Amino acid sequence: MSAHSIDIHRVAKLARLELSDDEATHYAAQLHRVLDHMDTLAKLDLSGVEPTSHALPVYDVVRPDEARPGFSQQQALSNAPKSVLDQFQIPKVIE
Amino acid sequence: MPKYIVTIGLEVHAQLKTQSKMFCPCPVEYGSEPNTHTCPTCLGLPGALPVLNEGAIEKTVLTGLMLGCTTPPLVKWDRKNYFYPDMPKNYQITQFDLPLCIGGGVPLYDLAYPKDVQKNIPNPGKVVKLTRIHLEEDVAKSTHHDKFTTIDFNRAGTPLMEIVSDPDIDSAEEAFAYLSSLRQILVYGGVSDADMEKGQMRCDVNISLRPEGQTELGSKIELKNLNSIAAVRRAIHFETARQTEALDRGEVLLQSTRRWDDDRGETTLMRSKEDAHDYRYFPDPDLLPLHTADILARVSPSLPELPHQKRARFTNDYGCSAYDADVLASEQSLAAYYEAAVAAQPTVAPKKLANWVLNDLLGALNDASLTITDCPLPATALAQLVAIVESGKISGSQGKEVFAAMLATPGTDPEAIIKEKGFEQVSDTGALEAMVDEILAANPDKVAEVKSGNEKAMNWFTGQLMKASKGKANPKILSDLLRSKLL
Ligand SMILES: [Zn+2]
Repeated sequence: MSAHSIDIHRVAKLARLELSDDEATHYAAQLHRVLDHMDTLAKLDLSGVEPTSHALPVYDVVRPDEARPGFSQQQALSNAPKSVLDQFQIPKVIE
Repeated sequence: MPKYIVTIGLEVHAQLKTQSKMFCPCPVEYGSEPNTHTCPTCLGLPGALPVLNEGAIEKTVLTGLMLGCTTPPLVKWDRKNYFYPDMPKNYQITQFDLPLCIGGGVPLYDLAYPKDVQKNIPNPGKVVKLTRIHLEEDVAKSTHHDKFTTIDFNRAGTPLMEIVSDPDIDSAEEAFAYLSSLRQILVYGGVSDADMEKGQMRCDVNISLRPEGQTELGSKIELKNLNSIAAVRRAIHFETARQTEALDRGEVLLQSTRRWDDDRGETTLMRSKEDAHDYRYFPDPDLLPLHTADILARVSPSLPELPHQKRARFTNDYGCSAYDADVLASEQSLAAYYEAAVAAQPTVAPKKLANWVLNDLLGALNDASLTITDCPLPATALAQLVAIVESGKISGSQGKEVFAAMLATPGTDPEAIIKEKGFEQVSDTGALEAMVDEILAANPDKVAEVKSGNEKAMNWFTGQLMKASKGKANPKILSDLLRSKLL
């Protein structure tokens, strides 16, 4: 049994996923194992280690500000389930 | 009835003037056919990888320098997760805890305030403190139709700089001045055109009211859909009144987001705190952190003279009045025009040139609904005309006529217009002296009057001589001659 408690329905809602009760139980258990692993990592003595956001010591990768043509309009829209007015058409969005 | 303290913070998004998008080389171009500037990266197709645009980073760092921010030695980019059709990869790449700029401030220029409060500015010289500036990507553009919504991805992934102020703004008028001053500075740096009406600059307002004497801030209400600087002012006025009334009624205000309707002049509730987003930020594994020392060193030399520095130079070096210097410095293109005129005629007093630029030129441009950038009259031509007027070759009022003719037919030489209109003054001292001697000899009584101290009789002579020369005598030479012979 994990020391953590996950609100699996909230996590699913944030990810726009609909879970059945069985799925919720199944995935909650998996996520608990992930958090338990974090506990294992937290036990390590990292006092001399600087926090990093990336695994590799690679920095400063940039490109010059130069424009280059990409897709044609037809290519851009070719994967759209629906298009109209040379744009992607989606159900009406109300803010 | 308790009084309330209004606290305002602004979040401003400014489009950067780059050639290419933030994470892909698609062109940044507005007004193109929809979906003609896209690629796998900015369409959010699976597997596409972003690469940082160096130019966008430099422009943001420059903005930080102009606004006195500090740049952390190492910065990074993070994912802000949410679902919305204008952001198909379901996260926006932005900067969370290590943004490009931290702190700094926006000085509120006098002329940046609304015209009706410029004479009565509550906190002159105020600098609004900034929290941070970070660099992120813009979203696609949605258009809402009757039965569906359409999406154009040309704007998706274009560089967007977010400038976040501290809750350091006290009134709608200060918010107005903040946005106008900020726009001036961004334009000066060539960072953004920052026109709110064109969507190049967007602004969300956070406003809260608290009773006087209470230190804790009231509930934060966020205002959205503000499409001009004037609308920001109106929305804050409305919201201040609405919240004041609600608090007076004993209502408890809850943190929420409201939408401004400029036509109806009111805000309506969009969402309450319960539906507030949980963005679950985390470092974007596709983008590597960036050291900033080299970028700062590279960008520093391009730090421009800012409006307030230019204003000080115009008053100190050119003898402009504080107001004239303010107006000249308020727009970079106007300041550049003026400086070009000053440089073209170094012998003419810069203050005289300022008068012509501000009164005659701006007036005429305004009448023709033109701005200084599409002024048909080059600064050098205007300066040449002012030099001619100042030399006394033509009178001031003749100068105005020549000016009008120059504007009407751009490219015409002022000398040619003067000839054509017959404004050429007689500046030949010998010829004028003969005329003066003649009239003095013919009017001994008037000569006596002048000698007895009647200055009016002097004007009589000037009038007679101008008439005799059909208005072409150079009035300055004439007056010098009369004085030397009579006084
Ligand atoms: Zn692209």
